[in-house]
Amino acid sequence: MSGTKKETGFSFTIDGVEVTAYAGQTIMEAADEAGVYIPRLCDHEGLRHQGSCRVCTVKAGGRSVAACTQPAAPGQAVENETAHLNKMRRDLVEMLFHEGNHLCPICEASGNCELQAMAYRLDMTEATKFPYLEPCRALDASHPDIALDTNRCISCGRCIRASQDVDGKGIFGYVGRGIHRRVAVNGENLADTNADSGDHAMSSEVCPVGCIIRKRVGFATPIGEREFDKGLIGHEIEEKRK
Amino acid sequence: MTEPRMVEISPVTRVEGHGKVTIHLDAENRVEEARLHIVEFRGFERFIRGRLMWEVPVIVQRLCGICPVSHHLAAAKAMDMIAGVDQLTPTAEKMRRLMHYGQVMQSHVLHFFHLAAPDLLFGFGAPAEKRNIFEVIKEQPELGKRAVLMRKYGQEIIEATAGKKIHGTGAVPGGINRNLPIERRDHFLASIDEMIEWAGDAVKLAKDYTIEHEELVAEFGSFPSNYMSLVRESDGALDLYHGNLRALSSTGDQIFDQVPYTRYHELIVEDVRSWSYMKFPFIDTLGPEVGWYRVGPLARMNTASFIDTPLADAAHKELKAVTSGTPNNSTLANHWARMIEVLHCVEKIRELLNDPDLQGSDLILSGERREEGIGVIEAPRGNLIHHYKVDEHDQVTYCNLIVSTTHNNEGMNRAVKDVAVKHLSGQDQITEGMLNHVEVAIRAYDPCLSCATHALGQMPLQVELFSADGALVDARTQCV
Repeated sequence: MSGTKKETGFSFTIDGVEVTAYAGQTIMEAADEAGVYIPRLCDHEGLRHQGSCRVCTVKAGGRSVAACTQPAAPGQAVENETAHLNKMRRDLVEMLFHEGNHLCPICEASGNCELQAMAYRLDMTEATKFPYLEPCRALDASHPDIALDTNRCISCGRCIRASQDVDGKGIFGYVGRGIHRRVAVNGENLADTNADSGDHAMSSEVCPVGCIIRKRVGFATPIGEREFDKGLIGHEIEEKRK
Repeated sequence: MTEPRMVEISPVTRVEGHGKVTIHLDAENRVEEARLHIVEFRGFERFIRGRLMWEVPVIVQRLCGICPVSHHLAAAKAMDMIAGVDQLTPTAEKMRRLMHYGQVMQSHVLHFFHLAAPDLLFGFGAPAEKRNIFEVIKEQPELGKRAVLMRKYGQEIIEATAGKKIHGTGAVPGGINRNLPIERRDHFLASIDEMIEWAGDAVKLAKDYTIEHEELVAEFGSFPSNYMSLVRESDGALDLYHGNLRALSSTGDQIFDQVPYTRYHELIVEDVRSWSYMKFPFIDTLGPEVGWYRVGPLARMNTASFIDTPLADAAHKELKAVTSGTPNNSTLANHWARMIEVLHCVEKIRELLNDPDLQGSDLILSGERREEGIGVIEAPRGNLIHHYKVDEHDQVTYCNLIVSTTHNNEGMNRAVKDVAVKHLSGQDQITEGMLNHVEVAIRAYDPCLSCATHALGQMPLQVELFSADGALVDARTQCV
């Protein structure tokens, strides 16, 4: 959803803060412009909205909706930063950690990882309550410049949309159903596809975790200068209001 | 006459990691056998396989929380080789050296003041409740304060060079990911002279103890052995970060010298014994019976021709004078040697802090790719070897680690038996104080049992007493 602006907007509120929106904008798009951060993982600037991770769930008109896909409506009262919603988001994020093998201490995405950053933002500090699924997934290092460690994949689908919509390639796609659904490549391995390190889908900003790895540059950014060393995830949006 | 017995010390305390000692006594209460058992299993060599080469320095440092920097740098040096980089930029090498000197400093200070000092100050047989760092602080608050602040200084050096005090990310294949900002440099320079003064006092403390307890030091767990370490390539000086291998006999005869460490596997063979997960390395040409050797601070004092910092060099000469320039075989002299290395490290840190190369911006190089890399470093506890092979997809296919405590395995076992024979033989009652003598001998090596094997489960150090027929007679599991 591109959010094409009309001449005149309308207003609605998020946690009591008045926000201006334009016809066709989603709640999240309007919130971003107004400096109100709504947590998200599967949504990414420049990619079409998917609404699958549900981390952006807000209450609008008494209903739970995905802020990345729900159109803003005049006069609507949206709840975002509530204890109930943040607990639900924390549970979702915790389950993502449990479905994969997320070893932050040795992951080169640490400090730049949106999943890790979201866990910090949502104060995921207590002992885990879900069982680890500990999947056994082989690392695909077949490509000369890119490696895939799907142990860290959270099935956000950002690489799928980037490859299809931006690169026009369709290198990635979902396979399987339900708990078994996962992202796979269109070939035996990544080297068997026409993936290129210049693809938008392979850029570090598209993969929110450490699944798509640019080879031989890991850990080159020192601790203290990584993306989320600078502030909590969402701080850049929230700084618009200051 | 009593029934044969077995004593078990479990866990051995104030060491890093978990292990136990078993002592077999015959019907006359004479020590028949005494062994240090490492019952943990280290799986790093196996589960690093398949991982990407640039991840290795970050993953393998998780072997240890005391000296992760040593594993981080040894692995990085191996990866430099694979990345085709034989010479780092001046900034990268000096930043890594700074990190390493901070690491050796803080680790040695931790061991001497926090782990060994209670034995040295209060006596090996002092009540167990007395033998801890808190009693040291209570009785000698100035010493306790220095112990904390010196360790803090070393830890902050690590943080400035690796990003974190423990398990940072500074070294990458081919270089380093940061330099040292001027403001951090000035922060460290502000207290470096005080650190040098305190390190000098620590050397005096350890030296005075060694000289005042000359008879004890001469006999306690002491025996001749071979010694091995890196020495500087050009002149045989002490070099903790890089150099060639040198090995000497107990009388100072050269076994090998200035051998590039990439040939370590031609020199050293690892023996396996059924009762321990820790291997027993020995020098191939000498064989397993006489080819075992010791590494660590005292070994380095024995092998190094000199030290290239003035205060530590003067202290080194004093230590060498005790044995008229021949290798010092006294296990307890390790403490003196350890403090000389602290002094050397802080002198090197001062030298580096005044070097403008630390503010350089040329950090990472790359070269022609190789399939195999070997990195060797002198870790606080001694020589540390990392060896890897990497395939064309950047994935590790082979890993072999020989850590300091493994090099010292035979030496520690001999020290345990020596002390057990001298202090436990013929005793009807084995007291906790007697058993602590055995632990003191182990502690002198500052072993890192978790590095040497790595824990998968719980197995702290313990002492067991066996009868002549193999029955367990007594066991002690000690807690700090």
